[in-house]
Amino acid sequence: MYAQMIKSEATQDDPEKLAAFQARIDRGEKIEPKDWMPEGYRKTLIRQIGQHAHSEIVGQLPEGNWVTRAPTLERKAILLAKVQDEAGHGLYLYCAAETLGVSRDEMTEMLLDGRMKYSSIFNYPTLTWADMGAVGWLVDGAAIMNQVPLQRTSYGPYARAMVRICKEESFHQRQGFDVMMKMCRGTDAQKRMAQDALNRFWFPSLMMFGPSDKDSKHSAQSMAWKIKMNTNDELRQKFVDQTVPQAEYLGLTVPDPDLRWNEETGHYDFTEPDWSEFMDVLQGNGPCNRDRLEARNKAWDDGAWVREGLMAHAEKRRAARVAAE
Amino acid sequence: MTRDAALFEFLCRMGDSTLVLGHRLSEWCGTAPALEEDIATANTALDLIGQTQMWLGLAAEVEGAGRSADDLAMRRDAWDFRNLLLVEQPNGDFGRTLMRSFLFDVWHRRMLERLTASSDPRVAAIAAKAVKEVAYHADRSAELVVALGDGTEESHRRMQDALDRLWPYTGEMTSDDEVDREMAEARIAPLPSELRPGWEEAVRATLTQATLTVPESAFAHRGGKNGARHSEHLGHMLTTMQWLQRAYPEATW
Repeated sequence: MYAQMIKSEATQDDPEKLAAFQARIDRGEKIEPKDWMPEGYRKTLIRQIGQHAHSEIVGQLPEGNWVTRAPTLERKAILLAKVQDEAGHGLYLYCAAETLGVSRDEMTEMLLDGRMKYSSIFNYPTLTWADMGAVGWLVDGAAIMNQVPLQRTSYGPYARAMVRICKEESFHQRQGFDVMMKMCRGTDAQKRMAQDALNRFWFPSLMMFGPSDKDSKHSAQSMAWKIKMNTNDELRQKFVDQTVPQAEYLGLTVPDPDLRWNEETGHYDFTEPDWSEFMDVLQGNGPCNRDRLEARNKAWDDGAWVREGLMAHAEKRRAARVAAE
Repeated sequence: MTRDAALFEFLCRMGDSTLVLGHRLSEWCGTAPALEEDIATANTALDLIGQTQMWLGLAAEVEGAGRSADDLAMRRDAWDFRNLLLVEQPNGDFGRTLMRSFLFDVWHRRMLERLTASSDPRVAAIAAKAVKEVAYHADRSAELVVALGDGTEESHRRMQDALDRLWPYTGEMTSDDEVDREMAEARIAPLPSELRPGWEEAVRATLTQATLTVPESAFAHRGGKNGARHSEHLGHMLTTMQWLQRAYPEATW
């Protein structure tokens, strides 16, 4: 899941219709594109699915950064397959969003001019090969925490897209962990890379779930609509509980001196990420925000002649077919 | 040259060409003109890297010197690479990347079709698997060359520029040397020159549909497939590709 701080839209619809809509959701029915839905539901979903789609697209860049430097043919093939899957996820998600009445081109433009966001995590750089492990293990791991429950989300096309995405994401996470295993069982330099990757990606991964529940203003409506299935803090805790034993297994140290198992709660106690850093990243001041948006804008601008050429050719063909009929 | 030495050379030619083109295509990762093109380009790169594993894996086996496919890919310097000059040419704009793929794909498909009947069953098996993937590469690149050649004024101009720039690198694909003659004699592979008429016919048919003009010059740059004179570009590509293996020679990944 790559959606953070999704603002829920207020809804001004007819109270009777709203109640009937809520009853459908409460009964566990799926809402389909042609069904009536509150304007706020539609807009919130566009924002959430759009942010997720954009994250998949921008998320290609930090991994693409290592595709050309992958250390073996097999690692190169696995990484290429993964990045290709991500572009595919972007495609299903844009299609799901299109059923809500917004085109892919419109969403792309909103990404490129900064009106729509993508996950904060992709504004961090990938500096060593171990980062390809850490991204799969931690970033895909955190994503899965949220995406698995979203397979039961109320909006049909979104839920169905999520089923496919989840299968591939859990494969990615295993691949990431496998890279980490190799590094942690490797030379001293490889171990150092692995620890450094965990040090850099730990807190940014925790930020992926969004702000603490007490500061999360938009959750209640989204949860009632079953667009959001769990609170930010629930998921973050679940992620920490799952990940800490994996780090121990790898022989790595989680960069949190206050991390400890709490017998009473049955969960780990841990330090919250620095939320001021999170807000800085959201406001465009992460280490790579400008690089990422520049890269996407350049790809879009450089590709304009190709898209125009393909459209022009398709139009010529169509005209020729009409003339022949 | 012994037959095995010639076979090793031949397998490196196949595997290095797929490796270098696969690498070049992977350089587009995340920056293609449209999402569908990102997916298709990554997918093609992935196919080519997979084929590289098979070709260089067999090359290493034939060589019998204890090297692996990865050793061949990551630990040889440019002069030991045996790829065609065409595929090491830089990506340029998307049009040049596409034209490079198209010119290669048409050759690659024909070569693999012939190799499915190789007297060496290992070669035939690799070709049988690869030809299915490459048939799709060739269809896709031809379709896009037609669409962009016959698209807008700008797309036409860019595709013509790409064709003019890359045409001198096509002759090498269908030129014969001692290795090729040895392979043909053993019925392991066809003589590249035998592929020329079919290649040219297919390429001209697509380029005509694309409203592009085939350059008249028959001049051909050579030196890739025998390693005698690569372009300056290959060394930079290898610097990137081989970085980790060179910097951390003791590591396994």
